Amino acid sequence: MLREMSETPTVPAAAPRLVRPASGRVVAGVAQGAAAQLRLDPAVLRLGFVLLTVVNGLGVVAYAALWMFTPKEQVKGPQPARDWGQFAAYGVLWMAIAGFGWITGASDGGIGTWPIAAGGIGALILWQQADPGRRQRWMSGAVSKFNASWVRTIVGALLIVVGAIGFLAASGELAKAKTGLVFTAVVVGGMLMIAAPWLATLVKELQRERTERIRQEERAEVAAHVHDSVLHTLTLIQRNAHDSREVTRLARSQERELRNWLYQPKQDADATLAAAVRRVAAEEEDAHGVPIEIVCVGDCELDERLGALLQAARQAMVNAAKYSGAPVISVYAEVEPDEVTVFVRDRGQGFDLDGVPADRMGIRQSIIGRMERNGGSARVRTTPGDGTEVMLTMKRTS
Amino acid sequence: MKTVRVLIVDDHRLFRSGVRAELGPSIQVIGEAEDVETAVASIAELQPDVVLLDVHMPGGGGQEVLRRVLGAGSQVRFLALSVSDAAEDVIGVIRGGARGYVTKTISGAELTDAIVRVSDGDAVFSPRLAGFVLDAFASTEAPPIDPELDSLTQREREVLRLIARGYAYKEIAKELFISVKTVETHVSSVLRKLQLSNRHELSRWATARRLV
Repeated sequence: MLREMSETPTVPAAAPRLVRPASGRVVAGVAQGAAAQLRLDPAVLRLGFVLLTVVNGLGVVAYAALWMFTPKEQVKGPQPARDWGQFAAYGVLWMAIAGFGWITGASDGGIGTWPIAAGGIGALILWQQADPGRRQRWMSGAVSKFNASWVRTIVGALLIVVGAIGFLAASGELAKAKTGLVFTAVVVGGMLMIAAPWLATLVKELQRERTERIRQEERAEVAAHVHDSVLHTLTLIQRNAHDSREVTRLARSQERELRNWLYQPKQDADATLAAAVRRVAAEEEDAHGVPIEIVCVGDCELDERLGALLQAARQAMVNAAKYSGAPVISVYAEVEPDEVTVFVRDRGQGFDLDGVPADRMGIRQSIIGRMERNGGSARVRTTPGDGTEVMLTMKRTS
Repeated sequence: MKTVRVLIVDDHRLFRSGVRAELGPSIQVIGEAEDVETAVASIAELQPDVVLLDVHMPGGGGQEVLRRVLGAGSQVRFLALSVSDAAEDVIGVIRGGARGYVTKTISGAELTDAIVRVSDGDAVFSPRLAGFVLDAFASTEAPPIDPELDSLTQREREVLRLIARGYAYKEIAKELFISVKTVETHVSSVLRKLQLSNRHELSRWATARRLV
C-alpha cells in the first residue's frame, strides 16, 4: 500500500512521500514517518510495533521491511540525536510485555491476547504523557495541564490493571497467578519504598525551585517598578525641595501612579469611560497642580459622543483648576443604563455666569456648545464666592 | 462643648503623631496603639468614644480589631482611616462594623468633624465610599432577597450621589431642601443596609473589582 502511494505521482500534493525523519526518532524513524503519513501519534504505531513483536514477532519483521523500503529524510546540518530516553522506555516496555507474555503464555495468541491489547491501550495513554514536549511542559509547571494529565495517568493505569486481570480470568489462571501477583506486588512495593523518599525529595526540590524562581521574578518586577517610579520621584522631590508647589505635584502624581499600580484593575485607558475620566483628570492634575478627586460609578465603552463628553469634562476641570482657586476639585462620573453624567465641582471663588465676556469661549463653546452639538446637555451652576459645578449629561447610544 | 475621647490605632508612628497634631480642640487623644493586640487591650482598658482605625496593620488589620472588640459586645464606635482605596478594604471594614471610612488625605478639620459625627452615632461616608456603595448596589442583576435591606431608596441614592459629588452634609441639606439631621438619618440607614444586607453580591462585587 505504501509503495503504491509513493508510485502515484498525482497524489503527492495531498500525501507527501513516506520518509523516515531524522529528528525525534527512536530506532530508525519508521514509526514516526508512517505516523506522519497516517496523521496519527507516533506513539500509537510504536506501541503497535512493540505489541506485534511480543505477540508473534511480526512487529520486528514489519519494522525491518519498512526500514528497508522507506528512504531517509534529507537533513541539512548536524544529524539530530536519537531520543535515547524514549528508546530505553520502549525497550523496557517491550521487555515487560514480553516477560508478561512469556510467563503467562499469552504470546501464543488466542483469546488471552485481547486483554493484553487493552493493557496496551492503557500503556499507550500513559505513554503519551512521556513524549519530550509534554515532559517539558510538566517541568515548566503548566498547572492547568497537570490535572488533566493526572486523570489520564489514572485511566491508563486502570486500563492496564483491567487488561491484566481480564487476561488472567480469560485464561482461567487467576487463582494460579495469585502467588505470582503477590510476589510481584511485594517486590514492586519494596522497590517503591526504597525509591519513594528519593522521589519525594526530588519533587519537593523541584517545587521549591519553582516557587523561588517565581518569587524572584516578582521581586525583580516590584524592584524595577519602585526604581523607575518611586525612587525617581523622590530624587526629583529632593532637587525641587525649594518649590513646594512642584513637590506637591510630584508627590501627588507619584501617589496616583502607585495607587493605580496597586489597586486599579488593568484597564485600557482608551477603552472605557471610567478609565478615560481618570486619565484626563490625571493629565489636568499634572498640568495645573491642583488635586482632582475622582469617583466613578459604573462603566461603559467609550464612543464618539462620550468622547465629546470627556472633552467637555476636561475643559471644566481646566477652568476649575485655573480660575477657581479651590484647593481641590471633585469629579463624579456615573454611568446609568440610558445616560452618562459627569459632575465637575469646586468650592472656589465662583463667578457671575451672565458677566462672562462674549468672546470667552471656554464655557460657551468648549463645554455647553460641544455638549449640545453632540446631543447632550450642560448645566453650569455658580455663585460668586460659593464655587462652581458643571453638570454634563449625555444619552447613551445603545 | 464636650470633648470626644479618641484612641488612634495605626502601625505608623509618624502618622499617629501627625493625626494627633492636626485634630481640633474638641478631640482629646487618650492613647495610641500600633497593632491588633495592643489595640484590643487599649480599647478594653481606656473605653474611648471613638477609635480611629487603620485598615492595614500587622496581626490581621482593622477588620480583626473590629471582629474581636465588637464580637465581645463592646459599644465602642470605629472610624476607619486608611490610605487604601481598594473596594475590598472599604466595604470589608464597613461590613466589619466601622461607622465610617475616610482616607488619610483628609484635612485635619474634616477629620475632626468626622470624629465628632461618629461619636454622635452618625455615619461618615467619603465621596469614594459613597461611589462604591452606589456601584455595589447598582451592579447586581439578581433580585434582592430582602427588598428593605438589599436596595437603596431614591432619597438615599440622591444623598449618596451628592456625597460622591463632593458635597458636605450641610450642602446636601440645602440642595435637597431637607435638614442636616435628615441627611444624617439617610446616611445611617445606608450604613445599616451595608452592614446587615447579607447578599453575597456586596462582597463579591468588592472582590471582583480588585481582581479584574
